[in-house]
Amino acid sequence: MTQHLAFLPVLLPMLAGVILLTSPFGKNITSRRVTSVVLSTITFLVSLALLLKVQADGTQVYAIGEWSAPFGIVLVADPLSTLLVSLTALLGLVCVLYASAGDDEKGSFFHPLVHFLILGVNGAFLTGDIFNLFVFFEVLLIASYALLMHGGDKRNTRAALHYVILNLVGSAIFLIALGVLYGVLGTLNMADMAQKVALLQGDDVYLAKIGGLLLLVVFALKGALLPLHLWLPNTYATAMPVVAALFAIMTKVGVYSMMRVYTLIFGDEAGELSHIAQTWMWWFAMATIAMGGVGVLASKDLRKLTANLVIVSVGTLVALVAVQTIEATSAAIYYLVHSTLVTAALFLLADLIGRQRGDVADRITAGPAVAQPRLLGVCFLVAAIAVIGMPPLSGFIGKVWLLKATLDAEYTFVFWPLYLLVSLAILLSVAKAGSTVFWHHQDSLIESNATDSVEQSRVHPAQLAALIILISGAPLMTIFAGPLSEYAIGAASQLHDFNNNIKIILSGGH
Amino acid sequence: MELLYASSVGVLVSCGVFLILRSRTFPVVLGLTMFSYAVNLFLFSSGRLSLNQAAVLGTSTEYADPLPQALVLTAIVIGFAMTAFVVILAIRGRTDLGNDHVDGQVPDTNNHNNDNNNKVKV
Repeated sequence: MTQHLAFLPVLLPMLAGVILLTSPFGKNITSRRVTSVVLSTITFLVSLALLLKVQADGTQVYAIGEWSAPFGIVLVADPLSTLLVSLTALLGLVCVLYASAGDDEKGSFFHPLVHFLILGVNGAFLTGDIFNLFVFFEVLLIASYALLMHGGDKRNTRAALHYVILNLVGSAIFLIALGVLYGVLGTLNMADMAQKVALLQGDDVYLAKIGGLLLLVVFALKGALLPLHLWLPNTYATAMPVVAALFAIMTKVGVYSMMRVYTLIFGDEAGELSHIAQTWMWWFAMATIAMGGVGVLASKDLRKLTANLVIVSVGTLVALVAVQTIEATSAAIYYLVHSTLVTAALFLLADLIGRQRGDVADRITAGPAVAQPRLLGVCFLVAAIAVIGMPPLSGFIGKVWLLKATLDAEYTFVFWPLYLLVSLAILLSVAKAGSTVFWHHQDSLIESNATDSVEQSRVHPAQLAALIILISGAPLMTIFAGPLSEYAIGAASQLHDFNNNIKIILSGGH
Repeated sequence: MELLYASSVGVLVSCGVFLILRSRTFPVVLGLTMFSYAVNLFLFSSGRLSLNQAAVLGTSTEYADPLPQALVLTAIVIGFAMTAFVVILAIRGRTDLGNDHVDGQVPDTNNHNNDNNNKVKV
C-alpha cells in the first residue's frame, strides 16, 4: 500500500470527481457537499502522509505500470513537489468548504470540477515526464475553463473566451517545444533529458535552445509573466471569488515548471545550454513586478486588487527562480506557500465584504457599512499585513529572506529598489482599500429593504471556517518559520543537487 | 518528402496564425484547428520521417519511432476536446454578448453615430 502512496494524490481526486458525478453521493446537494468535503479531507490527509513519508524515507519515485524510467512515466515525489501537493489539497479543501455555503449551487458540477482541477494540479507537480506534464496541464485547464464559467455573467463569458483561446495557443506552443526537444534529445523523462542535454553537439544545441525557450513562453503564459499576463486580472476578477481563490495555485504551476525545467534540465550541468532562460526570466520578472505595482495602484475593486497582487507575487517568484541559487530557491518556496494562502484568503474576503455591501459590492468607494465589521475587519487586517510584508507576519519573513537571497545576484540594484517601491505601492493601496471599505460609510445608499438582505448575507459558518484556515496560515507560518524554512532549504538543495536527482529518478528511488 | 512535409506544416501554421488574429470567433476557432493540425504533423515528424518501416523495436534493424505516434494520438484527443469546448464557448459568447467578436464589441468602422448598436448590452 505504502509504495503506491505517491500516486494517491493524483488518483484520489479523480475517483472523488467520478464518485461525485454518480448516484447516490451526487444525488442531492447535501450529500454532494458532505461527500466532497470528506473526499477532499482524505486527499489532504493522504498528501500529508506522503509528505511525512518523503521526509522520513527520502524522495519517492513511482513508476506507473512498473515501466521504469526513462522508458515509462514516473511520478517523482520529492520534498518540493509534495509540499505543493499538500498546499493544493489544502486549498481545494478550503474552497470546497467555502462553496458549500451556497456558491456551488450557482452552476452545475462545481464539486466534481474542483476535484478534477486538483487532479490536474497535483499531477503537474508530481510528474517526472515532460509530456505527462503537458497532459496534466490540459486536465487542469479544461477543469478551470468550466469552473471559470461557473455561475458567470456576460462579462465572464468574454474573459473566459480570451482565457480559453490563449491557453489553446499556449498548448500548441507547448507541443511544438516538446516535439523539438524530443527530436533532439530522444527522451521525454526530465532527468534523462537533463543528462542528454549536456552531450548535444553542433546544430542540435540551437534546436534544443529553441525548444527550451519555447517552453519558457508556455510557462510564462500559465504563470502570467509579462507580457503574457494580460489575461489574468480580467479572468480572476470576473470568476467567482471562490474559484479565483482556487486559481491562486494555478499560476504557481507555471512557476514550479520553470523551477523544474530551468534548474534540472537547463541548469548548471547543461553545458552550452546552462541557464539559457535566466536573463529572460529575470528581466521579464522585473517588468512583471513593475506592471503589477501599477495595476495594484489602479485597481478599483478588491478582487482586481488581489488579482494584481497575484501578478506581483508571480514576478517575485520568477525573479527568485532566475537567480538559481539554493538560498533563492528556498526563499521562493517559502514565499510561494505564503502568497498562495494570502491571495486566496483575500479573494474570499473580497467576496464576503462585497456581499455585505449591497450594490457597491467590493468596489473601493464609500458605501454601506459591512454587517460584521469586527470579524471582517480583523481578517482583512491580518491578510493585509501578511500581503504587504509588514512585521510580524509571514510576509515579512518571506520578504527579508528573498531580499537577502538576491543580495549577490548580478542585477540586484534593479530588483531591490523596484521591489521595495512596489511594496510601498501595495502598502498604500491596501491601506486605502481597507480604510475606505471599513470606515467610509455612506448610509444614505442603504434602501429600506436592503437591511434584510444584508442580514441574510452574514458570514456562513462554513465560509468562516474556510477563511480562518487560510488566514491562520500567516501567523502559523510565522510561528513555525524555523521548521518551515529548514524544510524549504532541504527541498531547494535537493532540487539543485543534479547528480543525486538523476540517480534517484533513473534508478527508481533507491 | 522532407521539403513537402516541412512546407505543408509551415503553410498550415501561417494560415492558422493569420486566422487566430482575426476579430471574429469563427475564424479564430478555424485558425486554432489549423494550428493544432500543424502541431500534430510537426510532433509526428519529431521521430524522423521514414517510409515502410515497422514501429517495433528489435525485429528489424531499421524501425520507425513509435513514441511520437503515441504522442500525436494524445495530442489529437486533447485537441479535439478543446476545440469542441471552444466552439460551444463561442456560441455562448454569441448569445451572451450579442455579436461574434472575440472582444465582445463591434469596432466602430464608420463615423456615423450608431453607438447604440455597437455597445454591448450588459
